[in-house]
Amino acid sequence: MKSAPFSYERPTDMRGALALMAQPNASVKIMAGGQSLGPMLNLRLAAPDMIVDITALSDLKRADTDNGDLVLGACVTHADIEDGRVADVTRGAMQRVASAIAYRAVRNRGTIGGSLSHADPSADWVSAFAALGAVLTLRRATATRQIAMADFVRGALETSLHPDEMIESIRIPALSATARWGYVKSCRKPGEFAHAIGAVLIDPEAATARVVIGAIEAAPIMLADASELFGGKITGEFKQRFDARVADRLLAAAGLADAADRQIHVAILRRAVAEAAA
Amino acid sequence: MLRETVQRQNGQAAPQGVGARLPRKEDDRFMRGRGQYVADIRLAGLQDVAFVRSPLAHAHIKAIHIPERYRGSVFTAADLVGVKPIRAVSGLPGFKVSEQPVLATDKIRQVGELVAMCVAPTRAEAEDIAAAVTLDLDELPAVHDMLEARLPGAALVHDHWGDNVFLETFFEVDISSALDAPIKITREISTARQCMSPLEGRGVVASFDHRLDQLTLHTGSQMPHIVRNGLSDCLGIEQGRIRIVSPDVGGGFGHKGILLPEEVCLAWLTMRRGHPLRWIEDRREHLVASANCREHHYNITVYADRDGTLRGIDCEATVDSGAYSSYPFSACLEAAQIASILPGPYKMPAYRCRTYSVATNKCPILPYRGVARTGVCFALELMLDAIAVEAGIEPGEVRLRNLVQPEQMPFDNITNKHFDSGDYPQAMRRALDAIDIDGVRARQRKGEADGRRIGVGLAIYCEQAAHGTSVYAGWGIPMVPGHEQATARLTPDGGLELRVGVHSHGQGMETTLAQVAHEILGVDVAKVRLVHGDTAMTPYSTGTWGSRAMVMAGGAVAAACSELGERAKRIGAKLLQASEHDVVLQDGRVTSANGDVSLQEIAHTWYRRPQDLPADVDPAGLDVTGGYKPQRDSGTFSYAAHAVIVSVDPEIGKVEILDYVIVEDGGVLVNPMIVDGQIFGGLAQGIGTALYEEMPFDRAGQPLATTLADYLLPGPSEVPEPRLDHMETPSPYTQFGVKGIGEGGAIAPPAAIANAVNDALRPLGVELLHSPITPRRIVSAILAASDALRSAA
Repeated sequence: MKSAPFSYERPTDMRGALALMAQPNASVKIMAGGQSLGPMLNLRLAAPDMIVDITALSDLKRADTDNGDLVLGACVTHADIEDGRVADVTRGAMQRVASAIAYRAVRNRGTIGGSLSHADPSADWVSAFAALGAVLTLRRATATRQIAMADFVRGALETSLHPDEMIESIRIPALSATARWGYVKSCRKPGEFAHAIGAVLIDPEAATARVVIGAIEAAPIMLADASELFGGKITGEFKQRFDARVADRLLAAAGLADAADRQIHVAILRRAVAEAAA
Repeated sequence: MLRETVQRQNGQAAPQGVGARLPRKEDDRFMRGRGQYVADIRLAGLQDVAFVRSPLAHAHIKAIHIPERYRGSVFTAADLVGVKPIRAVSGLPGFKVSEQPVLATDKIRQVGELVAMCVAPTRAEAEDIAAAVTLDLDELPAVHDMLEARLPGAALVHDHWGDNVFLETFFEVDISSALDAPIKITREISTARQCMSPLEGRGVVASFDHRLDQLTLHTGSQMPHIVRNGLSDCLGIEQGRIRIVSPDVGGGFGHKGILLPEEVCLAWLTMRRGHPLRWIEDRREHLVASANCREHHYNITVYADRDGTLRGIDCEATVDSGAYSSYPFSACLEAAQIASILPGPYKMPAYRCRTYSVATNKCPILPYRGVARTGVCFALELMLDAIAVEAGIEPGEVRLRNLVQPEQMPFDNITNKHFDSGDYPQAMRRALDAIDIDGVRARQRKGEADGRRIGVGLAIYCEQAAHGTSVYAGWGIPMVPGHEQATARLTPDGGLELRVGVHSHGQGMETTLAQVAHEILGVDVAKVRLVHGDTAMTPYSTGTWGSRAMVMAGGAVAAACSELGERAKRIGAKLLQASEHDVVLQDGRVTSANGDVSLQEIAHTWYRRPQDLPADVDPAGLDVTGGYKPQRDSGTFSYAAHAVIVSVDPEIGKVEILDYVIVEDGGVLVNPMIVDGQIFGGLAQGIGTALYEEMPFDRAGQPLATTLADYLLPGPSEVPEPRLDHMETPSPYTQFGVKGIGEGGAIAPPAAIANAVNDALRPLGVELLHSPITPRRIVSAILAASDALRSAA
């Protein structure tokens, strides 16, 4: 399990990094924390010509609040969030998600941008940022664009990124004062990849609910308006109004043929709803 | 340092002999990260080997394409002229022989099979070469399922056999007498295929010493002398030209108890190339291509009276043996053992068992800690619970009614196993008390506020260990243990060197064998050094397997030390000017009525001042090889009762272990603290079997859990600290009354945990019969049971 040969660059400015990525006729992979790419290289599942290490780009480590939103650079680590080294606009929700990602050694190096770019369906941020309504800024040499987290992940290990494009930052809107958050995942042991994730952001005052059912071996099921899960409208009684049959139908429609798999997902989602109501 | 610790704790010299809870001598280096494993060895000119492995499970090799630029760095079967395949034949009648080529010749029989070896200055470069070699393969239908493999028309792993059965065995005692029993229960039970997953994988560093005209193989092995036998056979070179060194080894569990094709390949290549070579197994190689174990299937029927008394067992057991017969244990040991040990610790008047060792396109099955016993205990103990349900009595009560009673010991059971000693019912009763069975039942009646369900599970087994010549001669495999030998040597400064052919790789033998020597000679354990793991420096031994080392090597060390003591007494008597009949050896001193002399002084005089000894002194010296075999070689029988409380979350299938009790009897314990550690480790592996570990294969014979993200191992948060209770019934046949204990911890947990989960879910109509018990299996079973209830209603 040793990587195939590759060349390695660690640019110190964004322009240089983007230029390296735009080289014609060369496969280039970005490495941030290397917690997913490292094993893929060693298993020779990825064999790029060049690795561009972006950890020297100081812009990518920024953590600012802007207009009430939090903007995090792609190279902020899970541990930065877990340890409270970056600001928080989610009343601890992100901190709790970060603290349960894999193991501490992974959290020390693993980055939010790397995790989203890798787009493992079981990865926490893929579901959590979608539920929080995050928006990504993507950069390439010729253009910059914004994309909602919900539209970014296309499938398992599949994103909207162009080959020469990278995530620059993630914008996370602040939770409203009346918003309720629930995030539950099912792992067979701590640190293991999740087999089911339920993430809910519900604001009974505003009668809105965003719900994500994740870790389904495809892009997560994202409901920006999840009222159908709660009998057609969001009220303070949302926990009691949660309709498991609707969740089960959504999962079946997403291709989960096994009833036991669906039941576990539904149960985890119900627990996330209960957490939001608690 | 060890001695200081002991003295500090107690204020005076603490006991160090048999029974003392001494900290392990070897932990000083292990805990400081100073152990030396194969991968730590650096030799001048060392190059790395990476293997081209088969991507398919079953195929004919049409061509192997080696890029021109790599010719000279890649070697295939065509290069290995004169190298013989690995053959592990059993003498049991009907056994079909498989020949495992060390590099594939015309046909591939498992994913990961070695096809070519590639040499380069680093492993990464060797892997680059391996990636550039392409194979032209003609894929054949894969034999991926052991039950389908037995059906007519199945593809054949070994074409000339005509079927896929390595060996079929049959054993019967009067099964017809059981058929009228009022309780008759039939189940299909199975255990998943697993990987052994020691912390350290396999590894080989091969080199050739021209001065000695000797091949040296550093290899992480439980049985260096057996590796030498096998290597000599395959390479056709005399044993004196081969030295096997097994340095520190990070866990064996059976995976390091076989001859590897990689060992043969590197040995051959280092002789051809003249420079040292290294291959270190990586985790992917381990998971894909090596060290599979445990895959059993049972069609089992039990017969019992209304009160739960066993009338008989009728079983057909199938074991997926994989493609080849591994050296030296063979492809049939696992299945054939099932027939002889399935009755467990119970009495019964009737029994029938047919077993099949089936060849499939998977890697060879190896004897993993507990060997067949873990699967057997799972099948049998699930059936005991089924009887309890049918008879309407407590599972503990059913066991108490059927266990061999202490007054029957020693007891020859229905398959002629000779249980040497013990009180099995007492172990079960202590376990029931400790787990508070009545308290659990009361809690179950109340129910849980959070919707979880509580269950309690039991399992009891007895474990034949350190079985010897007669047993293994019966199997007829390439390795039959005889008398075990050990060398004890006083050094000129009064230290003691012990040399043994077994290998210590987690068992703590550097401590326990020193304790045995201390028991006999009184030498401080801090002054005892254990030499092991080197064929050039130790007496022949079949090595460390079958929970035999403490019984066999402990007995041999005691024998050698006893004789050494006699020799020292004779010299000491001369120094004391006393008759050798008037001296005694006590606390490291030879004592007469007139005075005493220490072993250190005796050694100093013997080696450095022989002029002080009279001419008629015994010339034999202070270097003794002693031999040992227990009075009977049919094995010691340790045993344990396990009791566990679990909670099951029926919505998501999550199992949590709330309490775990083990009541164990390993005879006289040389170091109870080390035994505790062995039980903890075994329990962790048993929990892996019960709840986590599974190597699935698809229909093409592809292994599906190829990284540790897919192959789940229990970690610290999954393994509770069990409550241990020791009983200590000496074996009547062994030195000090010790029994083999190393494997036991891994035997009962799958059965106990499965019974606990079933106990929790029984009101839902669920009975799980397959390990591991995963969340998905639990939820699926609950859904199936509720569907069944609905359609019945």
